[in-house]
Amino acid sequence: MSSDIRFTDFKSDKQPTWCPGCGDFGTMNGMMKALAETGNDPDNTFVVAGIGCSGKIGTYMHSYALHGVHGRALPVGTGVKMARPDIEVMVAGGDGDGYSIGAGHFVHAVRRNVDMTYVVMDNRIYGLTKGQASPTSREDFETSTTPDGPKQPPVNPHALALASGATFIAQSFSSDALRHQEIIQKAVEHDGFGFVNVYSPCVTFNDVDTYDYFRDSLVDLKETDHDPTDRGDAKDVILDSEKEHQGVIYQNEESVPYHEQHGVDEDMSVIPDGAPEGATDLVREFY
Amino acid sequence: MAADFNWAVGGEAGDGIDSTGKIFAQALSRAGRHVFTSKDFASRIRGGYTAYKVRTSVDKVQSVVDRLDVLIALTPRTIEENLDELHEGSVIIYDGERTTMQDVEIPGEMTGIDVPLKRLAEEAGGAIMRNVVALGAACEVAEFPIENLDSALEKRFADKGQKLVDNNKEAARAGRSYVGEEYDHEFDYDLETTDEDYVLLNGDEAIGMGAIAAGCRFYAGYPITPATDVMTYLTGRIERYGGHVVQAEDELSAINMALGAARGGARSMTATSGPGIDLMTETFGLIATSETPLVICNVMRSGPSTGMPTKQEQGDLNQMLYGGHGEVPRFVLAPTTIDECFWKTVEAFNLAEKYQLPVYLTADLSMAVTEQTFSPDTFDMDAVEVDRGFVVDEADIDGHMSDSGGFQPHEITDDGVSPRAFPGTADGAHMSTGLEHDEQGRRTEDTEMRVAQVDKRNQKVETAREREDWSPREFGDADADTLVITWGSNEGALAEAVEMLDDEGLDVRVLSVPYVFPRPDLTDDVEAAENVVVVECNEQGQFADLVEHDVLARVDRVNKYNGVRFKADELAAEIKATLAEGAEA
Ligand SMILES: Cc1ncc(C[n+]2csc(CCOP(=O)(O)OP(=O)(O)O)c2C)c(N)n1
Ligand code: SF4
Ligand SMILES: [Mg+2]
Repeated sequence: MSSDIRFTDFKSDKQPTWCPGCGDFGTMNGMMKALAETGNDPDNTFVVAGIGCSGKIGTYMHSYALHGVHGRALPVGTGVKMARPDIEVMVAGGDGDGYSIGAGHFVHAVRRNVDMTYVVMDNRIYGLTKGQASPTSREDFETSTTPDGPKQPPVNPHALALASGATFIAQSFSSDALRHQEIIQKAVEHDGFGFVNVYSPCVTFNDVDTYDYFRDSLVDLKETDHDPTDRGDAKDVILDSEKEHQGVIYQNEESVPYHEQHGVDEDMSVIPDGAPEGATDLVREFY
Repeated sequence: MAADFNWAVGGEAGDGIDSTGKIFAQALSRAGRHVFTSKDFASRIRGGYTAYKVRTSVDKVQSVVDRLDVLIALTPRTIEENLDELHEGSVIIYDGERTTMQDVEIPGEMTGIDVPLKRLAEEAGGAIMRNVVALGAACEVAEFPIENLDSALEKRFADKGQKLVDNNKEAARAGRSYVGEEYDHEFDYDLETTDEDYVLLNGDEAIGMGAIAAGCRFYAGYPITPATDVMTYLTGRIERYGGHVVQAEDELSAINMALGAARGGARSMTATSGPGIDLMTETFGLIATSETPLVICNVMRSGPSTGMPTKQEQGDLNQMLYGGHGEVPRFVLAPTTIDECFWKTVEAFNLAEKYQLPVYLTADLSMAVTEQTFSPDTFDMDAVEVDRGFVVDEADIDGHMSDSGGFQPHEITDDGVSPRAFPGTADGAHMSTGLEHDEQGRRTEDTEMRVAQVDKRNQKVETAREREDWSPREFGDADADTLVITWGSNEGALAEAVEMLDDEGLDVRVLSVPYVFPRPDLTDDVEAAENVVVVECNEQGQFADLVEHDVLARVDRVNKYNGVRFKADELAAEIKATLAEGAEA
């Protein structure tokens, strides 16, 4: 593939219909830049998008892509990568898509450690359906379906990932463009399942988890003595309910991705025009 | 037709019934005899009883009958459960030293053969071989050369070492000699051997083998009876051909993984049963609108809900035809025999790729867990053809671009089939989506484009209707007044029932339909017949409804939904009774 790929090559000719100011613009820009920066091009990239405002990303980016069923993006990405280890796979969706309807898949995708990137555009709200509580909404966040707040603790996706055996856990913020891109890039480069939760504010339905809130409260782990290779350090950051963090929270440098564990390294799209060689052995086994 | 011989081993779960039965079936197959096996689960009283039954003949056998000649009974209940099938000449082999069998009574005129299975097994090297002692005893009773059993034991235990193989052979001989010495008796059975070469396999295995033959490289599934055997068959085998099996966290995931692999360009499949089909239905519309070729195998079992998970039924036909919101073009294939499970799987992959849509491949419990013998050339791998349909590469992608230079995976064409480009193909990048889309795959709500895309997807079905062969299988008397129609696994029992009816002077024509959608037009056949009977394993007569709908005429129905497959003799009687009722009315 050519090396003169620019990030705009990953832009489709569809104009985004996100609300002006939506965090998803920044999230997507960072993803496109990270893909271009890591030497990928649209023809060797597969983006799987969830359903939600966030899921529209599949339409606004240019690559091979699938925009599927609400909550099932990770299994699709898993299938693409297993069939095509040669293709760069990036999965993106919302907090509802990933941690509510798709929560079961999240846990198992983390465990499987397939070599792909998972970007959750976390706005702590259901944007597309016009403002209901999401699994990451605050306990007292008032919405049309939770007039007094959900009165349940939000899901801690990083903790869920760590408990499920994640090899890469990170947090970024869509409006900190450089850091966001850098963190996504690390996830892409990671040998295994690169999970990045991105604070991607919804300016229309969430007046609590705003740009100002994140700008004021985020602590960059790069500026602390945090050691991302240390699981204990990671645990402390993840369970610290006082602060919001950005950066790579955890990375297992010895991560062995699924395809290496299982020896799945062939391009499965190439098959002979008859039964594969040696297929008759299968018949003899039944003798 | 040569006399057939019916044998069974029964006991409790944990008694090693399956593997004992399989060894005997394999021995018969290796002796050049035809075999048809079935599994019996508790039907009366309480759970816990299980049996493996073998029907064998030097001629082809393709169904079960209500008759049992030799029974190895490990529990008293095994005898109770089979009273209807046992007859005066039956022989029951049991271990009178087993606590539960001490007071067992052998009914009526039957012959009881009391063999100290456990004691003889211990002498040969371990109590675990007591069932093999019983197999040796059965060889003596049925005059079946024990060398054939040796051969099956070698196959079964080869990877566990020669010592174990030898011990088992010795255990079998101990059983045989014991009967020879203690029972100075002539039995009615004499199992001849032939020089024929047979393979023995069940429907799930045939589907798995068909998948590999067809170039399937990716399988994702979630365990469920009776589809699990497809997955266990593929595991460890598909890898030898460059493929991979994933056990997903649920069926929602399994079908989406399979979809992902298919988008990657792999021939891909999943298999499940009723409850799993419910979950997978979520993704059906997406497969259809994104025009992704995918084979979804549904091995039906008794429903609704958890129903009777280890029992037979063909109750999912409507679900497969109509499941999912919106209008979803799909094909439904229903192989009618075990060997056809192989060929229809190959066909399912070709159809899926030629028409870029989901293809249901449906079998059912009775076919999935039933083994049958076939000549090895039934599965002639040289006859397998792979047609990947309309796939474009770098060289010919140019002709399929929009004015603005985007690849058009949903191009409007005369036959409805559009070009497919696999990831990695230069200039082929495109979006696939469950949203309505334009030719490039971009979301649209344009009224004209909406209609064009719906029509295009349906055009593929019309094209396939014309281009492909959807004929039913036909046997019996072509000129008979009575036409019996069936679909799926009832064919074998029906074929034998027709012979029985023929012996009684009743001519019947049978159409066995392997295609549910698109399906053959049976109008002329139905109109030409005086009596039409549709046979199926469900209560509502779902296929009969389709026939009535297609032909605009009423048909008679034979339905069974007690969880047990049709037996040939029973089916012959049912058909006669239905015709008699029709005559009275
Ligand atoms: C099975 C199903 N249920 C419900 C919906 C409706 N729905 C669409 S998006 C969405 C939630 C979106 O929230 P999130 O994933 O956080 O994405 P956001 O819009 O906030 O980016 C819901 C409930 C659907 N499309 N499919
Ligand atoms: S509703 Fe919220 S999440 Fe959706 S586009 Fe508007 S700002 Fe973004
Ligand atoms: Mg959201």
